[in-house]
Amino acid sequence: MRKIAAALLASAVALGFAGCGEGEQVVVYKQGKYQGKPDTRPWDNEPLAMGPKWSKGDKASWETQIKQRNLAQHEDRRIYHQ
Amino acid sequence: MARMKFLVDAERCIECNGCVTACKNENEVPWGVNRRRVVTINDGVVGAEKSISVACMHCSDAPCMAVCPVDCFYRTDDGVVLHDKDLCIGCGYCFYACPFGAPQFPQAGAFGLRGKMDKCTFCAGGPEPDRSEAEFKKYGRNRLAEGKLPACAEMCSTKALLGGDGDVIADIYRERVVRRGKGSEVWGWGTAYGPGKPGARPPAGAKS
Repeated sequence: MRKIAAALLASAVALGFAGCGEGEQVVVYKQGKYQGKPDTRPWDNEPLAMGPKWSKGDKASWETQIKQRNLAQHEDRRIYHQ
Repeated sequence: MARMKFLVDAERCIECNGCVTACKNENEVPWGVNRRRVVTINDGVVGAEKSISVACMHCSDAPCMAVCPVDCFYRTDDGVVLHDKDLCIGCGYCFYACPFGAPQFPQAGAFGLRGKMDKCTFCAGGPEPDRSEAEFKKYGRNRLAEGKLPACAEMCSTKALLGGDGDVIADIYRERVVRRGKGSEVWGWGTAYGPGKPGARPPAGAKS
């Protein structure tokens, strides 16, 4: 009987202490440092089958095509090629 | 290096709210959240009424980044200011710091509980795998990863809202201003479509 009580007490103590083992849930603050997940870059993606084309991983080619798209907002150039 | 920016031409904006609709539709922005909105100043004053489309301006020295207590903001290589919603605590500091009122907070729950911050992403998604379902649900569509520009700018009917590399759009705007001049000619057809008259034929040799 005593052994059972001691075992129950030990397990209760163990369970109680388990609550103290909780991991840190607060973000550690570092001045000026982004704390979130890393992000990928747009030019690291494969171009869509039906869309603008660039070479995967090549920033320059992505920028070239985005600049072309950008210039399409200039209707004088787009319409009259001036 | 491209540094993504928005530029709004107040002479051209006709307050159609096409940009707002395009943004809402493209990113499936929830009810009550407006990543972009059209602001009218001098409303009703003849000759002085102007409208501009406002969203996150992706500041080079962004105040939201400076005040965020959990540092959930980051700037991409192409100058777009984004944030990690998994980290955001919805405190609202960024809303007070932002001069454009860009950060939005969805009302989650019956008691007006403030949700995690939502803002314009320049159609660049967020820190989830590009073009993934998770990214779309949290941040909206990643058009930059598709080689496209923000939907609002590309949908603008009068091209008042320009979006893209700051140098390129500044050149477009400068050329327009030089071409259209000042005074009475900045109003009406010439403002929106250049020096031609309605129905005028394009210059010889030009393609339609």
